[in-house]
Amino acid sequence: MIYFDNVSKLYNGGRSAAIEEVTFQIDPKEFVSIVGHSGAGKSTLLKMIIAEDIPTHGQVFFESLDIHKIPRTRLPQYRRKIGTVFQDFKLLPHKTAYENIAFAMEANGRSDEEIAENVPQALALVDLSDKAWNFPNELSGGEKQRVAIARAIVNQPDIIVADEPTGNLDPIATYEVVQILRKINDLGTTVVMTTHNKGVIDELGKRVITMDGGRIVRDDQTGKYVL
Amino acid sequence: MVTSLRRIFKAGFVGFWRNAYVSLASIFVITVALFVIGSTMLIDQLLGASLSQLQAKVDINVYFVTTAPQEEIDALINSVKALPDVQEVTYTSRDEALAEYRAKNQNDSVAMQALDELRENPLGATIAIRAQEASQYESINRYLEEQKNPIIDEINYTKNKESIGKLASIIDAVEQASFVALMVLIMASVLITFNTIRLAIFTAKEEISIMRLVGASNMYIRGPFMLQGVMYGVISGVLALLILYPIVLWLGPKTAQFFEVNIFEYFVNNFAYIFLVLIGIGVTLGLVSSVLAITRYLRV
Repeated sequence: MIYFDNVSKLYNGGRSAAIEEVTFQIDPKEFVSIVGHSGAGKSTLLKMIIAEDIPTHGQVFFESLDIHKIPRTRLPQYRRKIGTVFQDFKLLPHKTAYENIAFAMEANGRSDEEIAENVPQALALVDLSDKAWNFPNELSGGEKQRVAIARAIVNQPDIIVADEPTGNLDPIATYEVVQILRKINDLGTTVVMTTHNKGVIDELGKRVITMDGGRIVRDDQTGKYVL
Repeated sequence: MVTSLRRIFKAGFVGFWRNAYVSLASIFVITVALFVIGSTMLIDQLLGASLSQLQAKVDINVYFVTTAPQEEIDALINSVKALPDVQEVTYTSRDEALAEYRAKNQNDSVAMQALDELRENPLGATIAIRAQEASQYESINRYLEEQKNPIIDEINYTKNKESIGKLASIIDAVEQASFVALMVLIMASVLITFNTIRLAIFTAKEEISIMRLVGASNMYIRGPFMLQGVMYGVISGVLALLILYPIVLWLGPKTAQFFEVNIFEYFVNNFAYIFLVLIGIGVTLGLVSSVLAITRYLRV
């Protein structure tokens, strides 16, 4: 589904590299965790998938599509296939949980009927139906992240890209968020997640890609957190 | 499509209100610019009307000596008519001149008596020459003077010359001054609106980044800001008209007396035209400014 072909990202005219000669593949319905120290290149990989960053060498494919050859005007259509989740949630503070999720559907050009039908479903999936009309500052960190996940899935993307989704959360909230991501994966959506959290990885028992200094150093199908 | 348009409009209005104070600055400066444009249109109309009235009164009168032979007068008339600048030549014969004089002075017994005592007609024939444009009288006058034709007694031209020249130069000066003022105001409008939209973009930064991430189309992201620019233009146009209205209402009777043109009537009769010009220029100013700000600060 996603295929990195010998991808490098170089800075300062090639003297420093964010990632170097990375080649790997993500299959449909996989749950892939990318681990590594800060600066190992995890976030750069994710940014390339959502076409926020471009490789210096190599190519990144989404199915048969070379992501970085997509013309700017077609980029919105491509991004609709991807749901994104971030460490800092990126919720709009003056909109309620419901409105934050609806906003993503509006921007996608969905009809009011679809929005009225799908937003409550997404809220139910992340177990926040009772907090639909709360503003972000009335929600805990874990609840905010669940709203963000609901927003990411509400347009039914093919893949969820989550950059340190549990980075700001306490252990219980972390557990809840990971359970939800696992549930989404079980329902058939590919999930790619970066994390620092050993507990998360060991509990998941899914594929783990370990990065160090911009290179992939391990790729285990049922991995443990080893650094 | 309709849903997207409705959402773009809604977002545009929200953005407008969210930046209400900065929006006011834009509206104010565009309104001033449009007000000056509107006033210039009206002043131009007044001055133009009075100029053409004055011009209509102007001609060159050539008085012939009483002994001038008819053939030579005819020859001169034909040569004047042949000039490209000349629009019309009106000939008044000696008898006609006398008849006109009598008609004009029929109540003046002294003049009548003097005329009767003369027995002979003391008046010469005259021609009145009309030029195509005011500026051409000078050359027609020169042409006649250069002839040094002995049958010409007098050429009367200088009378209205000065007032016409003065009015023409006033119109020129007004047009130039308002052009300079307009350029300054238009630049100020574009700059201030540019900054207003830039601020609106910064205010909505988070929303924009989220819209991009969820795959909102470029038009969906840019539309509200363009709409904001258009709204500034429309509101300013309406405001400028609202300010102009009482002014022309008050000035109307005064201009009717002084310029023989009622500016209020002109304003009312040409309202659609003035409305379209002001709104059109306002919308163009707003839209151009917002597109400039969007291309500069909104990388989609």
